[in-house]
Amino acid sequence: MGADSNQSMLLNIEGLYKRFEENVVLDGASLNVPRGSLVTVLGRSGAGKSVLLKCLADVVQPDAGSILFDGKPLTVGDAAARADFRRRCSFLFQSNALFDSLTALENVALPLEQTTDLSDKEIRARSLEALQQIELEVHQDRYPSQLSGGMQKRLALARAIVTRPELVLFDEPTAGLDPLRRNAVFAMIAKYQRQFGFTALVVTHDLTEALIASDRVALLDKGRMCFEGTPAEFTASNATVVGDFRDSADALGRTLAAIRRGEALQSEDS
Amino acid sequence: MLRAVGRYSLSIVHELGDFALFTGQAFRSAVGARRLGRRIVRAGFEQGVRCLPVILIVGMFTGLVLGLQGYYVLNRFGSEGLLGTLVSLSLVRELGPVLAALMLVGQAGSALAAELGIQRNTEQIAALETMGVSSHAYLVAPRLIAALLVYPMQTALFVTVGLWGGSLSGSLLLGLEPGVYWSSVERAIAAPDVRECFTKAATFGLLTISLCAYHGFNAHRCSSATGARAVSASTTRAVVQSSIIVLAADYVITSFLV
Repeated sequence: MGADSNQSMLLNIEGLYKRFEENVVLDGASLNVPRGSLVTVLGRSGAGKSVLLKCLADVVQPDAGSILFDGKPLTVGDAAARADFRRRCSFLFQSNALFDSLTALENVALPLEQTTDLSDKEIRARSLEALQQIELEVHQDRYPSQLSGGMQKRLALARAIVTRPELVLFDEPTAGLDPLRRNAVFAMIAKYQRQFGFTALVVTHDLTEALIASDRVALLDKGRMCFEGTPAEFTASNATVVGDFRDSADALGRTLAAIRRGEALQSEDS
Repeated sequence: MLRAVGRYSLSIVHELGDFALFTGQAFRSAVGARRLGRRIVRAGFEQGVRCLPVILIVGMFTGLVLGLQGYYVLNRFGSEGLLGTLVSLSLVRELGPVLAALMLVGQAGSALAAELGIQRNTEQIAALETMGVSSHAYLVAPRLIAALLVYPMQTALFVTVGLWGGSLSGSLLLGLEPGVYWSSVERAIAAPDVRECFTKAATFGLLTISLCAYHGFNAHRCSSATGARAVSASTTRAVVQSSIIVLAADYVITSFLV
């Protein structure tokens, strides 16, 4: 990789390895995330997508491999580099991880209160601005439990962007949502990613939405990144793993047709 | 058998070390933490106000019972005039700090363990860490510092109400002169007694709130259960261990200060 391409990359992950007891979750995963882009990591459930994000967010410590953020290595134990990364990066949890005893406004204000020296007035103004941008300002005094699932997702995003991060990590933002809500969440991520100009790294297994909304996609399988490229390249790829994932709906159709013909039962018996 | 005993002993030593590190990290993280004062005030308010009714009720009944029992015992020796001495020394040196701490464990400690356990389960603690906010500084340190202030105050309140309880049963119900009761209270309590009372209260506050926070904070490490059951198990363990540690610490402090 040349010097120019390294400069345009905000995040470089190289050979990340993580295992939990005997279970190898990441087996040398590598990924490049260009600055200002929306990159989606696809993969089946249990492929290691969330662990990859948690290694980035320092929630889980990788056993081996390197992470370069803005050209600087994030070494385990390098508190200054990690602190700088945390200032410039936000993490959106699959469960939203909102503080249920704080109101919407207090949730958004919390990272500013605890990580900046802004005055109370400035914090309130910036938090209200973030809520306004995400169209939740009328619900500022409500608690997360009083908001719908979609509103909670938006509130979590408002909390993630209020510190004006350069990188936002999204962990399965559409998990458990119906197709309409999935579309809405991906549209929201793409809209705000362009509006605020942050780099977004999304992990999901929702193929259709990811291919439409992303600038680049990667496929994680058995702990390794087996594809990295544009959505068009993904669609045109002949790789078996990519084909299996991409054509899973067709495969389901074929299986169902076989079941209807009784072939599946016969093959199981044999 | 020997191996099992050894493994169990090692696990206890490991947990004690882990607990000490947890408490130390909480205090270290408080240095330079932003808006810590506000969180201490909020934690103090939660611990203080939440426990106020139970402190008042238990303090009053403890004083009433001490007054009754003390009067009948002292009456046998014709020493009813020493009722104030008996009630005040019992309350100030032992019952006040111990019972107030047990009440605070039941109210504030259990609530803290459950709250932190739920926050751990719903990834709120992980969310704090990813924001670059020290969860020890934000969640634990204010509670510990507040406990150092609230426990002695609650204990003082408990003792005061207890003394009035003793006066009620001794003077109002059993006919002892109020002046005799209160003058013997005044004569009995000396500065070392008050010092012992507050030393115990602050120590119990630090140990119990730290222990409850430790168990709630580490609810995900509970080996016997997961999810809501892990929170429940951690809360139970926090309350039981805190109650035991209050009595054990009471013995140790008393043996040093008497």
